[in-house]
Amino acid sequence: MPHDHHDHDHGHDHAPGALSPSGHPYRADQDGPLTRAQALEIAVRELMIEKGLVTADEIAAAIARMQARTPAMGAAVVARAWTDPDYKARLIADGRAAAQELGADIEAMHLLVVENDAQTHNVVVCTLCSCYPRFLLGPPPDWYKQRAYRSRVVIEPRRVLGEFGLDLAEDVTVRVHDSTADMRYLVLPARPEGTEGWSEEALAALVTRDCMIGVAVPRLPDPAPVAAAE
Amino acid sequence: MTERSWHDMGGLPAGPVVPEEHDYALWERRVDALLTLATTKGKFTVDGLRRVLEDMGPEFFETHSYYERWIESVNRNLIESGLYSTAELAAKLEEVRARGETYGECSLTAPEAGSGPEAGDG
Repeated sequence: MPHDHHDHDHGHDHAPGALSPSGHPYRADQDGPLTRAQALEIAVRELMIEKGLVTADEIAAAIARMQARTPAMGAAVVARAWTDPDYKARLIADGRAAAQELGADIEAMHLLVVENDAQTHNVVVCTLCSCYPRFLLGPPPDWYKQRAYRSRVVIEPRRVLGEFGLDLAEDVTVRVHDSTADMRYLVLPARPEGTEGWSEEALAALVTRDCMIGVAVPRLPDPAPVAAAE
Repeated sequence: MTERSWHDMGGLPAGPVVPEEHDYALWERRVDALLTLATTKGKFTVDGLRRVLEDMGPEFFETHSYYERWIESVNRNLIESGLYSTAELAAKLEEVRARGETYGECSLTAPEAGSGPEAGDG
């Protein structure tokens, strides 16, 4: 990821290789030397405020709204579809309306829900830019926006999925869906065997972001989880 | 047949997918918010955002991170919309840089409850 390297060159307090509580590397933010992009962000923000286009409160509210969007919303939609056949039918027929039923803060665009089954696996990309169902999954991961995934998943999806640790049987058809500014896709994973009678909440916990992009499938937790060392 | 633009990269050879990700820094979250607000208020559209991103070309794409590219595009679109001039931008950038050495020192954050420097990213 060469274009991100310069962000890590700044001196800052975190130990090299340290991970944040969410398990991701720290990124220099407040404490490194001001970058061109950061200076521009400050300048644009202040000019927008001074010209009366926005207020600081509106900016704070927009950030809070963005941070409230997480894959939990998408997982709730999937779990409902797994447990309520009528809901699933509505979701396939009109993804946007069905997602709104569960309170998704959906933008003015179409949502097409594509269903995995024993013979079909779906995976989502945006080859032209980074279109993504943010209203259900939050902001997209870095790899979704980068050249390798965008270029290759449409011509060698099995190999790309293998790089994510997902090896599909030869007789499974792989369908790749290319998003647009007006049309977003969500993968409805197949409900894992052995989850009969599970609550929606327990089911939703199996549905990760990557399952809904299509680079993973839901897996049951290990039967005998090892206690954390701490 | 029209030659494809650099950003139309579907199907082209590329290296392995590196499943990296990072938590967004405060300035990146702000860039996202500025885009959302500017487009919601009708200053430009997501197509305007993309036009400038695509005009940046492949080298800029490879050497700048996602929100570095976005803030350039937001800025260009706002100038084109007439919200402020390049001279006003230059004066503001000078003012910002004169405040200190780091983002935390240069960004006046007081009014944004919960998103100031103390909120951090980590």
